[in-house]
This record gives sequence, C-alpha cells and structure tokens, in this order.
Amino acid sequence: MSDALKVVFGRRYRFAASHRLHSAELSEEENCRVYGKCNNPYGHGHNYVVEVSVSGAVDPATGMIVNLVDLDKFVNGEVIEAFDHKSLNEDVEAFRATVPTTENLCREIYQRLKHLPLAKLERVRIEETSNNAFEYAGEETLDHAPMP
Amino acid sequence: MVYLTRKIEFSASHLYHNPALSAEENRRIFGKCNNPHGHGHNYTLEVTVAGEPNPVTGMVLDLKDLKTILEREIMERMDHRFLNYEVPELKGQIPTCENIALTIWKILEPKITQGRLHKVRLYESADIFAECYRNGASHA
Repeated sequence: MSDALKVVFGRRYRFAASHRLHSAELSEEENCRVYGKCNNPYGHGHNYVVEVSVSGAVDPATGMIVNLVDLDKFVNGEVIEAFDHKSLNEDVEAFRATVPTTENLCREIYQRLKHLPLAKLERVRIEETSNNAFEYAGEETLDHAPMP
Repeated sequence: MVYLTRKIEFSASHLYHNPALSAEENRRIFGKCNNPHGHGHNYTLEVTVAGEPNPVTGMVLDLKDLKTILEREIMERMDHRFLNYEVPELKGQIPTCENIALTIWKILEPKITQGRLHKVRLYESADIFAECYRNGASHA
C-alpha cells in the first residue's frame, strides 16, 4: 500500500483499414487453414479502435498529464494518418514482411508512439471489432487489472 | 486474487480555469473547456476492488456494500453538481478527468475495508478516461 499512486490518461482513436492475413512461410493450404476467411486474397477491412494510455505527473497548473490537443496531434501524425483508409499490407512498410494481425498491429503502434515526448506511453489496446481486443505494453507486464 | 468491478454513472458540470494564468493563456491551454459558464458530462466510473473471496460467502466484498459506499461517497458528492464549486475535495484544483479520478481514489481508499481498492477508471466520454492505481499493483 506504500506504493505511489499512478494516474493514467486514456484516449480512443479510430481508423478504417484493410488487411489480409497471409504468411509467406506457410503453404497456400496452411494459410487457408490457419487464417480462414482472413486469408481471402483481396483482403477485407475493419474499423479499428486504438486506445492509447499514457502516464505521468499531473501538472498542478493544468490538472493534466498531457494536453489532449497535443496528444491528438502526435497520435494522428504517427498513426492515424499513416493507417486510415489504407491497406495495412501494401501501404505500411512494417507489414510488407510481417502478417498484419492485430497482435502485430499493437506492437507496431506501440513502437510508433513510445517516443511520445509528452508523457510515458503505458499501453496500446486495439479493438479490431467490438468482440476482439488486443493489448501491448512493451515487454513489461501489464500492471492493471483486466476488466471483469 | 480476484478483481471485482462496479460501474456507476453520474452527471456533472465543470470548467477549466487557472486564476494564476491570464485569460488568454487559459483560453489557449483549455480551449472550449474554459467557457466561464461551464459545461457538463455524463461520467462513468468503474471501481475495481481486489481480494480473496471469503470462504463462507464466496465474496471479496458484498456488492450491496460497495453500492452503498459509491452512492454515499460519490453520487451524493458529485451527481448533478458543479464540480468546481460544490465538491470541496476538488477546491483549488482544475477538475480534469485526471484530478477527479485521483480525488475519487483518495475518497474511496479508506472506505473500502473488505478487499482493497485496486483501480478507479473514470470516463468523461466514451473516448476519454483517466485511471488511478498503486504503482506496484499487478494482476499478472
């Protein structure tokens, strides 16, 4: 109980993009078996929701960890503009050789945001659909409870 | 360890204004939130309590008790209030999501005596939230 209190600020962003799950290391048959409909050669799309959580000291002058306007500018510049209405496989360099699963997308977005100058990036959570969610917090263990 | 979460909703108004800053700076930093007459939100609060279930009742704490604590400590204080003027615990602070979450933590922590307060998460809108927990807290 003696641990310091930590305050985290979270913000949700949205982008729409297409992808195709296909691994060059697997045969056509295996790709079809592993990825099912997601292996459709023409791809398909999702409305992704990206939840970005940052921590830091609450500035007593503003009551904020980070000004929303500055955070939005950074996330829009690093992630949303690069991904929105794009093909993840074709338009995002990182996914030319890596399968754009939402697990890998979490890591890619985390990498793009971890140099956030305004506060410490805690984690990236992505909802691929309203039923599938993925989280990545770097290689440290997630230190918040799962939502029951 | 088991984590139990209860959710409540309250509606309140607030405004962001730091009297130590000029009117211009207030507008630049806080934008629309600096409107002198205030504005409001429907807040959603999620309170997570951690503990081992009591072997007799199977409960970490009785949800009815948690409901009563949240009604008394949070709803009565904050629901349908102007946070800047009517909540003494927020006096002198800018009532941002971060500061309200921290204030709620400080109010609730001593009141939760079965299990222990693990996390509060406060949504100001569906897309903006702040949460508060102990640095070393871990569920892993």
